[in-house]
Amino acid sequence: MYVYADNAATTAMSPAALAATIAAMQECYGNPSSLHSIGQEAAEKLEAARATMAAGINAQPREIYFTSGGSEADNQAIFSAALLGKKKGKMHIITTSIEHHAVLHTLKRLEKEGWEITLLPVDKDGMISAQQVADAIREDTCLVTIMFANNEIGTIQPVAEIGAICREKGVLFHCDAVQAAGHLPIDVEAMQIDMLSLAAHKFHGPKGVGLLYVRKGIILHNLIEGGAQERGKRAGTEYLPGIIGMAAAFQDCLEHMEESTAYVQKLRDKLIQGLSGIPHSILNGHPEKRLPGNVNMCFEGIEGESLLLWLDQNGIAASSGSACTSGSLDPSHVLLALGRPHEVAHGSLRLTLSEYNTEEEVDHIIATVPKVVEYLRGISPVWEKLEKGELPHVI
Amino acid sequence: MLYSDKVMDHFTNPRNVGKMDDADGVGEVGNAKCGDIMRIFIKVEDDIITDVKFNTFGCASAIATSSMATEMIKGKSIKEALELSNKAVVEALDGLPTNKIHCSVLAEEAVRAAVKDYYDRNGIEYGDELKSCPGHCESCESCAGH
Ligand SMILES: Cc1ncc(COP(=O)(O)O)c(C=O)c1O
Repeated sequence: MYVYADNAATTAMSPAALAATIAAMQECYGNPSSLHSIGQEAAEKLEAARATMAAGINAQPREIYFTSGGSEADNQAIFSAALLGKKKGKMHIITTSIEHHAVLHTLKRLEKEGWEITLLPVDKDGMISAQQVADAIREDTCLVTIMFANNEIGTIQPVAEIGAICREKGVLFHCDAVQAAGHLPIDVEAMQIDMLSLAAHKFHGPKGVGLLYVRKGIILHNLIEGGAQERGKRAGTEYLPGIIGMAAAFQDCLEHMEESTAYVQKLRDKLIQGLSGIPHSILNGHPEKRLPGNVNMCFEGIEGESLLLWLDQNGIAASSGSACTSGSLDPSHVLLALGRPHEVAHGSLRLTLSEYNTEEEVDHIIATVPKVVEYLRGISPVWEKLEKGELPHVI
Repeated sequence: MLYSDKVMDHFTNPRNVGKMDDADGVGEVGNAKCGDIMRIFIKVEDDIITDVKFNTFGCASAIATSSMATEMIKGKSIKEALELSNKAVVEALDGLPTNKIHCSVLAEEAVRAAVKDYYDRNGIEYGDELKSCPGHCESCESCAGH
């Protein structure tokens, strides 16, 4: 048995998305910008996909700009709002300490170029309150950018409340909904979201395609100059098979959202229940307000990469926020923001389920993880010190 | 694959893993904050390392380098053990990713720390090279030294 439990990293394509993508590659090769009938057929398919995506988040088709994925959408949203703000002498941006690097690194660059960034701290469950946002908004605030749900710990933010505050204060609100799209209902009108990013590969669509929703009237800044595609705001011949595949995947998710949420959530809760018996472990993220498939835990006295590779040996694909897996010397900024000490954050494990996982697979994970944790603790000098009382247990 | 077959072999099937209650020298290096701690135990008879064990908290390469380093000093003289370089450990493992080289440095340091402890316990004189941190602090930039 090999269990894929890393669906927050990316997902397998759904049969509907795969069929639509392949069919588009085979049959719909025209360039939507061409005036002949082959091109116009492609243009029609492009606009149909745009309409599907727009309807799925309660937006207008003309408010949808296709991109190469979540990172590009985040970059374009933030740079656009920053430049619009600058024109009005407003150069203050509000975000949270647990955003994806696509947001945080973009803001870091703006900070170097003179913008002022406020990083709101999160509570122990990774939550932000609308009140925190209200208190942080200033006269010169041009943008609030807060994610819908966190990619590591799954915590879901009070997006509608934040949207209401931003609208009331006249500040643009961008929401990185890459982890939420296809899994949670999104309504940009009801939630008062001005800009929203999503990526197909997180909801069983193809990789390398996503979109930016931009409320009518907000002027976008181009990241890519060239042809007049996407209303002149994103040059380059459209990745039509990907866009069509994304729309098929999204449609499929929307049609089955209620039942798949109930199903995945049940598996998730069983998994959390099954792993929380491991001594000196803790769940990261909000116990209820979390993505249906997200499980994230820290185990004291062990390091995440070795846990991850042992799980792989035992037929389980997972991920970790340890430094060794983050590609830097520090463990995950999200776990540190929750207040986890470095040594605990190194011992984190993220298991993210989808509707393609089964109860047997969850049983396999529940049977395997405690054994691996116990083995690694058995060879860990840190665990020995914790057990002897030479180091205090923190979880 | 991120790691060579040798690294995966020593990670999944580590040699000399365990503790030693009657060790003649114990060396511990690293920092839990940085994500790796290695502890090496040695048993010494007539200047020969007759047995060696290790405990490691860390990533796969930390475990594999500990395992390989213990294999490379087992049955060797203390002098030979002190000559073990991190480079030799890396070569024996058929290489490590660049960002994991510091694990091999830790393994080298753990061996030296165990020998230093053995010398200290037995009142054996040693040179400056064993007295202080051997100067590999760049291997752990985010720490204030270990
Ligand atoms: C919350 C969040 N934002 C942005 C991204 C980046 O998306 P992409 O990989 O499609 O560029 C991801 C994906 O890892 C994500 O989880």
